[in-house]
Amino acid sequence: MSEERTLTLGGAIHEALHQEMERDSTVIIMGEDIVGGAGSDEPGAEDSWGGPMGITRGLVGKFGRERVRDTPISEAGFIGAAIGAAVTGLRPVAALMFVDFFGIPMDQIYNQGAKLRYMFGGKAKVPVVIRALIGAGVNAAAQHSQTLYSIFTHIPGLKVAVPSTPYDAKGLMCAAIRDDDPVFFLEHKTLLGQKGHVPEEPYIVPLGQALVRREGSDVTVVAIAKMVEVALAAAEELAAEGVNVEVVDPRTLSPLDTRTILESVEKTGRLIIVDEDTPRCSLATDIAALAADEAFYSLEAPIKRVTAPHTPVPFSPTLEAAYIPSKAQVAATIREVMSA
Amino acid sequence: MNRGGRSILNEDGSCADEFRDVIPDNDLLAILRTILLNRVVDRRLMMLQRQGRLGFYLTSTGEEVVTVGTAYALQEDDPIFLTYRELGALLWRKVPLSAIMNQLIGNVQDINKGRQMPVHYCYREYHIPSISSPVGTQLPHACGFGYAAKMLKTNQVALAFLGEGTASQTDFHAALNFSGVLNAQTIFVIRNNGYAISTPESVQTRAPSLAIRAEGYGIPGFQIDGNDLLMVVQTVKEAAARARSGGGPTLIEALTYRMGAHSSSDDPTRYRSEEETQRWEKVDALARLRLHAKWRGIWTDAMEEEVWADAEKAVTQMISDCERWPPPPVESLFDDVYERMPESLRMQKEEYLRFLREKSRQ
Repeated sequence: MSEERTLTLGGAIHEALHQEMERDSTVIIMGEDIVGGAGSDEPGAEDSWGGPMGITRGLVGKFGRERVRDTPISEAGFIGAAIGAAVTGLRPVAALMFVDFFGIPMDQIYNQGAKLRYMFGGKAKVPVVIRALIGAGVNAAAQHSQTLYSIFTHIPGLKVAVPSTPYDAKGLMCAAIRDDDPVFFLEHKTLLGQKGHVPEEPYIVPLGQALVRREGSDVTVVAIAKMVEVALAAAEELAAEGVNVEVVDPRTLSPLDTRTILESVEKTGRLIIVDEDTPRCSLATDIAALAADEAFYSLEAPIKRVTAPHTPVPFSPTLEAAYIPSKAQVAATIREVMSA
Repeated sequence: MNRGGRSILNEDGSCADEFRDVIPDNDLLAILRTILLNRVVDRRLMMLQRQGRLGFYLTSTGEEVVTVGTAYALQEDDPIFLTYRELGALLWRKVPLSAIMNQLIGNVQDINKGRQMPVHYCYREYHIPSISSPVGTQLPHACGFGYAAKMLKTNQVALAFLGEGTASQTDFHAALNFSGVLNAQTIFVIRNNGYAISTPESVQTRAPSLAIRAEGYGIPGFQIDGNDLLMVVQTVKEAAARARSGGGPTLIEALTYRMGAHSSSDDPTRYRSEEETQRWEKVDALARLRLHAKWRGIWTDAMEEEVWADAEKAVTQMISDCERWPPPPVESLFDDVYERMPESLRMQKEEYLRFLREKSRQ
């Protein structure tokens, strides 16, 4: 029966937050405008907002303002406070709003949250989740559209989840909240409305487990977040030309499930990485290096990367469309490696 | 009714004789006209956004006395570090309407080449640096400008706007403390409009005032009625004169009210009462200024009708002039990342253009 149940990706995250807060009274949420209507005497104003995408709407009525907290505008303040509360025994979920704002609390993230366990000789844990919106495609320009996950992946101590389906969004959020390390949970804004199957009961998608989204024998396409559906669409196009494309979704970038990626490359002998991030020092280069190191003798063609260019994200819809890797670019790259 | 703070204007629109000269009659009329134009631009562009012809918009309705009055009180070459809610400052500096509209659309005529989000204006020749999405980043910049202006003896004063929500940011503290220590030629104006998106002022701070923080930085701070044009102009003028004569920075908290939504992305009726907003309409920035102009005997309803009609015409013209332009060329995506394009980026550009050529051939 639960097979029929569908939710949006945003709804799946909301459900995970709700169920984890029910299950564990130490789970709290904090951030700017995650409730709305704070301090208002207006009937109905309570809980009027729920963050820019409405994900946290409806939680304050059940869990109260101590556990679902609108904060003053200070990312350094509430990310730092979340880390402090995490070390003390709570499991905070801090909502950074747009990932582009990470620079403001960055010291708290990379010098504090990521390293406290290590610097304290393993005697501290930092079970914090930092939620943030990623991705281009909504004409929000240079400071509201970046992905930036490679930066967090680069930092030892941080974990990074990038769900591409509602099912994974719920399972990864439950896993992230229960995890004893700091986890960046990155939500692609253009995926939040996507619908898909989500079981009602809580469940875990383990951090560090990739999934083969589409099986194929000719070429492996590793795609991240929004790029998974772009890769799947390109794979359908190529199927008509007799090319069997395998699409691998890492689902978490740190830890990275290298085994699933390498097994796929060893099977197909060809690798393309599709990444909406900029190309230098990125997940695309990281995965390409992994295959070059570990699966070199299986490769029948050069490894190719389809990424955004090394530029900021422009506003103009025309320029932005050129910025985001497209199905046509992925399809052309698949044809290129198949003819190599 | 007002939210408090020092004021000059009385409730009936009158003021004591000695304050009348703060703004001569002709200037007062010019400010009033600018505010009316601001209202029309905001109303028409929000409609355009609702029709899907603009991706994003954000109004400053109710706060124009602070924005226009502040710009009026400065020298033309004083930089104004804006947030996204001070269109009035651009209009006072006579930034052409077409330049504003081209920015909002991000078309080929946009002087910033379609790069920035709508409402993130940047007009170098009008001394308007680019607006940032992360809030508060402009405050240390204004401190740095005010310090450099002192060192270079340019006689300029940097003025930075912020909302009351941004006063919670670490950049606010750093910028004010630095400005005091460096004796920077800088003014900070908090437009306290009561709301940060849906979050009311009471959630930002337990303190009864933001202006009192100035004492902690050893600089003057004033909480004023931000809908009182004479009070705004007098306070900013005094602060600018103090900064130019070596007296250092000033913090001004102007109490006003955000009549509209935060932006085209939210619905304020969900988090505050319509009755609250309606109460303000009668005593908002424009209503107060209109009353004062009538008290001076220099403004009539007929004059106002004419200004509204002219503004509507100008805005209609602005929209039709600017909507006809195409987007910037695709290859411009790769420009201006660096002074000179690195080889690796040039290769990406060539590869992308080759891909487009092959695609168009298919």
